[in-house]
Amino acid sequence: MTSDGARQAGREWKTESSLERLFAGNEFVVTAELGPPKGASATNITENSEKLKSYCDGFNITDNQSASVRLSSIAAAVHILRQGGNPIIQVTCRDRNRIAIQSDLLGAYSLGIRNVVCLSGDHQSFGNHPTAKNVFDIDSVQLIALVKKMRDEKRLLCGEELKAEPRFYIGAVENPFGEPVELRVMRLAKKVKAGAEFIQTQAVFDIKKFEKWMALICEAGIDKKVNILAGVLPVKSLRMARYMKEHVAGMSIPDELVNRIAKAENQQAEGISISVEIISQLRKIAGVKGVHIMPVGWEAALPEIVSRAGLSPRPRVN
Amino acid sequence: MIIAEQKSLQEIDASVEGAKRVLVVGCGGCVSVCLSGGQTETEVLAMALRLKREVAGTPVSTAEITLERQCDPEYVAKLDEAVKEADCILSLACGIGVQFLAERYPDTVVLPAQDTKFVGGTLEHGVWEERCGLCGECILAATGGICPVIRCAKSLLNGPCGGSHDGNCEVGQDTPCAWVLIYHRLKRLGREAAMDEISPPKDWSKARDGGMRKIVREDLRL
Repeated sequence: MTSDGARQAGREWKTESSLERLFAGNEFVVTAELGPPKGASATNITENSEKLKSYCDGFNITDNQSASVRLSSIAAAVHILRQGGNPIIQVTCRDRNRIAIQSDLLGAYSLGIRNVVCLSGDHQSFGNHPTAKNVFDIDSVQLIALVKKMRDEKRLLCGEELKAEPRFYIGAVENPFGEPVELRVMRLAKKVKAGAEFIQTQAVFDIKKFEKWMALICEAGIDKKVNILAGVLPVKSLRMARYMKEHVAGMSIPDELVNRIAKAENQQAEGISISVEIISQLRKIAGVKGVHIMPVGWEAALPEIVSRAGLSPRPRVN
Repeated sequence: MIIAEQKSLQEIDASVEGAKRVLVVGCGGCVSVCLSGGQTETEVLAMALRLKREVAGTPVSTAEITLERQCDPEYVAKLDEAVKEADCILSLACGIGVQFLAERYPDTVVLPAQDTKFVGGTLEHGVWEERCGLCGECILAATGGICPVIRCAKSLLNGPCGGSHDGNCEVGQDTPCAWVLIYHRLKRLGREAAMDEISPPKDWSKARDGGMRKIVREDLRL
């Protein structure tokens, strides 16, 4: 998209992001997560991008996911751009202070990146350098406000004017399953107030619990102010299901689901079917504007999930 | 108070290696209250060191003095005579005491017998917990008297991260999430609406990030 695309049919676009246009056009949006490799080669990123770009509207590029060192999200995003994909960079507050974050955002925009997701970041104790110092100079809500300030006020956090502002479409994340749930609603409202335009949630397995959270979100009118993409995570094996249930903070996985995978003849096929069913249930929930698929290393599952969910082909954005 | 924990006897012994006369100095301040560096602990440590050395065949003599505080030059000065008879000083104070001793006695090796852990309080006899991050600009008025700077592993200022679950921190399941504590407390006080406000980025220049801090009170100077 060119900067001419900023005006379309009399509408004033905030950004050049295709996601903004898709949401405005009431499309059911599909984003997919890609984790950069632990190495200096972008081969897996470029291959995945090439194979998967027609099955989603954008790729989330994680920022040193699980606090483990990976190829940088901005570098990976540039590789995706070269493949014709639409990258959404994740930015965490764990490893960089306000100076580095703003500098990286300016650099990312200059390289053609148009979407940012702002997160706190997993604590370093979960990663491969648990003795590292953490930064958390600013938190995720403050980061959202910072990106918005750079874009809408054309100013740095300190107030100094920018010669050219980075016009990012701003995303954030939320975990609908952390108790107390009302605190999660408050927190999301705060992220929206700070400037978040789309939200990607933690993976949904417990539809009932997610519905309750969405009902609270709609009751508070938040769904009208932000585009919510529900998280979908294809479970590849029983081992993975059990691991997530027991070890991943903030995940809610019903026993029935674990049992279903346990009884399946082909656990991978069952995992894909479960994801397809979850997507179909999510589409019926008021306020859900799309899905965010997190294959965590099982990228090959994406085309089948998206196709069987009836979400392929993806709409074209002009 | 400052909470400190004694280093292992092995590490302390290794650090004073070669010394024949060790001046073991306790502190009557915080470390005395948290039972790691007061008079009793000082005498016990000196005795343990002597015994260990005797068994090893490299005996050491010790002298023990516990000062009112080691973070005050007027008390530290009381060591002037004893230091002359010592090959090294072993301090059971926090890191502040060790440095005040090192500053006063530039020609004598001063060694720490403790690891200075945190600023906190006593939960029950034998249990202490961190409470203050010494950030230099207290925000407790806005957070219901519960500090997210030190009690949240990420020092978040706008509510819990996605890893908070059932009131627990993602880092340690036996550690309460500071923001859930804050929420319940504010709710009880009818002030939870305060959490809707976006807290702006904190001024960390008032914390240790701004360089070593110093306070000068002109009204108190002589």
